[in-house]
Amino acid sequence: MNDQTLFSIFFSAMVVNNFTLAMFLGLCPFMGVSARVETALRMGLANIFVLVLTSLAAWFLNTFILEQVPYLRIISFIIVVASLVQIVEMVVKKISPTLFRQLGIFLPLMTTNCAIFGLAIFQTNRGYGFFQGITFAVGAGLGLTLALVLMASIRESVEFSDVPDIAKGTGLVLIIAGTLSMAFMGFAGLL
Amino acid sequence: MRKTTPSQDFIRGIWNENPVLIQMLGLCPALAVTNTVKNALAMSAATFFVICCSSVLISAFKRFIPSEVRISAYILVIATFVTLADMLLQAYAPVQHKDLGAFIALIVVNCMILGRQEAFSAKNNVYRSLLDAIGTGIGFTIALVMMGGFREILGTGSFLEISLFGPSFEPWVIMVLPAGGFLTLGFILLAMGYIEQRKKARPAGDKPETVEASS
Repeated sequence: MNDQTLFSIFFSAMVVNNFTLAMFLGLCPFMGVSARVETALRMGLANIFVLVLTSLAAWFLNTFILEQVPYLRIISFIIVVASLVQIVEMVVKKISPTLFRQLGIFLPLMTTNCAIFGLAIFQTNRGYGFFQGITFAVGAGLGLTLALVLMASIRESVEFSDVPDIAKGTGLVLIIAGTLSMAFMGFAGLL
Repeated sequence: MRKTTPSQDFIRGIWNENPVLIQMLGLCPALAVTNTVKNALAMSAATFFVICCSSVLISAFKRFIPSEVRISAYILVIATFVTLADMLLQAYAPVQHKDLGAFIALIVVNCMILGRQEAFSAKNNVYRSLLDAIGTGIGFTIALVMMGGFREILGTGSFLEISLFGPSFEPWVIMVLPAGGFLTLGFILLAMGYIEQRKKARPAGDKPETVEASS
């Protein structure tokens, strides 16, 4: 059992060890859906939702099932994540078809989103309890949303500026991400 | 689908469709564990093992996997081999296993591996799929070692822990930190874009440009 306070877990997951900018988790949506602020925000919110559900499921598995069979950890986590994403996909499709279309391929791709799976693994490795896990998930989700929205707003303004031809596309996005990551390093001393 | 020769299957993953540098797949491990060459090599070896084994198994059993549940079936096969790789590393290279930490488990969600199964192994025979997997694995290794090399040489002034520049070298600490990963890959992509642009410009360009390009 880990005895970190909830606040330090939350803050650490959100800014200091930001999932995208410091741990490189969830880079695919970060590159893919960060072209518009609104889509980025919605993707972030969908992420928070799935992260919290995953955290609950991982806690349940760790507490009741994986004690006996630790070697099944990776396999059972991936099954849980895949089914959760499937459920969320169906719910989103039912409730908001517009959002479903906007997120497009990145919603089913959440199954292979390192952030979701990584959360389950990190939560287990650090031995977080029930509330710590949920706090961790919310913090990590907000961190992802923050990174996505920041990136999207930068990209929206870059679109109107004059960049060299070779820098159009992923190369420039990565350089911007590197700069953002440097900015986030400034938080490192806080905890 | 266009017919390809076995050698094309092999080369494609290494160069034309390099998973990291061209297709931008498998970026998480490519950025996260490349702060030293040693880590990059361990990660590549584990990924290589997983992609080869799963490609062979999936192409051998493709007739028995119903197409409705194929993605889940692929994920399960991959997860099994990742568990194996995790245990093997823990037994034979405990130091590397500790350094890589959770990122070994994260091989499961490497889009590159699932992508190859869906795009290639599901449609081709065992021999072709193995060639394709080996090619993709080597391409991944090249990209990771290249990034690890840049980051380790600039960030600590050494290569594979052998000091290169002597004590007077001031290491660029930023390169071994997360930000360095983004910047390294960003600059590699910019350089590739530049080379590509030069290549396109050369045949069409007039004389002065050719002189400039060759100098």
